[in-house]
Amino acid sequence: MWRDAALVAGKDLRIEARSRVALSQVAPFGAVALVLFAFALGPDRTLMAKGAPGLFWVAVLFSTVLAVQRSVAVESADGARDGLRLSGIDPAGLFLGKGAAVALQLVVLEALLAAGVLLLYGARVEVPWLIAVSCVLGTVGLAATGTLYGALSAGLRVRETLLPFLFLPIAAPVLLAGTRIWQAAMAGGTPSDGTVWLRLLVVFDAVYVALGVVVYGPIQEAA
Amino acid sequence: MSAPLRPAPAPPVAVGLPPPRRDRPPLPSRRARAAERTVGAVALAATAVTVWLGLWVTPPDQVQGNLVRLVYLHPGVAWVALYLAFGLAAVASLLYLWPRTRSLVWDRLAAAAVEVGVVFNVCTLVSGSIWGRPTWGVWWVWDARLTSTAVLLVLFLGYLAMRRIPAEPEVRAKRSAFVALFAAVDIPIVHFSVLWWRTLHQGATVLNANLSPKIHGSMAWTLLLGFLALTLVFVWMLLVRYRIGALEDWLGGGELELALAERRAEGALPEDGSTPAEPLGVG
Repeated sequence: MWRDAALVAGKDLRIEARSRVALSQVAPFGAVALVLFAFALGPDRTLMAKGAPGLFWVAVLFSTVLAVQRSVAVESADGARDGLRLSGIDPAGLFLGKGAAVALQLVVLEALLAAGVLLLYGARVEVPWLIAVSCVLGTVGLAATGTLYGALSAGLRVRETLLPFLFLPIAAPVLLAGTRIWQAAMAGGTPSDGTVWLRLLVVFDAVYVALGVVVYGPIQEAA
Repeated sequence: MSAPLRPAPAPPVAVGLPPPRRDRPPLPSRRARAAERTVGAVALAATAVTVWLGLWVTPPDQVQGNLVRLVYLHPGVAWVALYLAFGLAAVASLLYLWPRTRSLVWDRLAAAAVEVGVVFNVCTLVSGSIWGRPTWGVWWVWDARLTSTAVLLVLFLGYLAMRRIPAEPEVRAKRSAFVALFAAVDIPIVHFSVLWWRTLHQGATVLNANLSPKIHGSMAWTLLLGFLALTLVFVWMLLVRYRIGALEDWLGGGELELALAERRAEGALPEDGSTPAEPLGVG
């Protein structure tokens, strides 16, 4: 399972390294979102700094939709999905591999977005490690749920419109938890506030990664 | 004139419409129909009695006045929507996914439960808003319960969206069962996250303070009857929706072939332009 996961993740990342779609389209989209949020909130920097945690995670959520759609799209042509199924790769490995590739791209994206938030919105962070941990945990959950819904909607003609509708409400707890952790990290001094939410993220990750490992095979049959 | 463009005429037997379906539609037995009607009648009667008790017999509340009468409706609707309907949908979807109990019965039951549950969910939000406007002064509060109810509604609207995508019944059943499963797993997480979201930074919200005044006498009985009546209404709607779902599945298989055959028959007009013979094999 782990070997298969590494193979699949390596394949997706190699495609990304050669096509640079995430880097040249998804990351700029995140940047555009940050600028648009700034326009929406007006030039008041204190207001922007206050809203920075939520805006960061909303931008991440929207970018996740794009990253997942890209992850599905690279296998939509030439019956590549059926090829993967027939290749004898463990479905659990396939799930973990595709999820890991999405997660890795998202982590890079989040680093860029975080830098953007700090620079553009003037947000000050007191406890940086809290933000780093929350980003990693949140990303695992987003990648897991995104990959599951991506697989579920892979064969559908309406997948571009259906995926955000299904995925975004499911990811609402990640948005809530991530925002609260950012706020705690920005306020400083109240790590207890953050740890409750870190625990929630851990539970979310564990539930959906486990679910994906178990049901990814049957999902492929249904897609 | 356009004869060369036309494909080679098929032999006359293939041109005609397919023979009428020989298999019978899955109509419920006489006893099942009787049970459905009985549930419906009892539900109607219980609702009528609840309305009568709630509007005329019970006294207005000391604090809330006539507004308290919504308490006979709102909690019952919420109970059906949030626990009964979506709980049933989750269990039925799980039973469908479990290979030993896989049957389209569970799929139809889950679909019916979600559809009725979404209606009840909207009723919960609307009746809550109507109560909230005079009580809190606003239509909507970002309270924990309100928020998770709204998230639940969106999650199951996604389920219905997935169901609307045309597919073979088995494929559709599997897909929607997965959507229901993922949503059901998410519900406790959403619940706690929203709860902490509201309570970590401020104390108890307005909703917890006032909704459970001491209830006794006729008010308690009316409240109880309201729960019962709405549960019965839910069961009746579920039964009707299930029956319709079974008929839809039965019809769904033949519609496409029928339409194709009809178009083919239109294309195969006789050379002299007269209309084709009327019966063509179907009634």
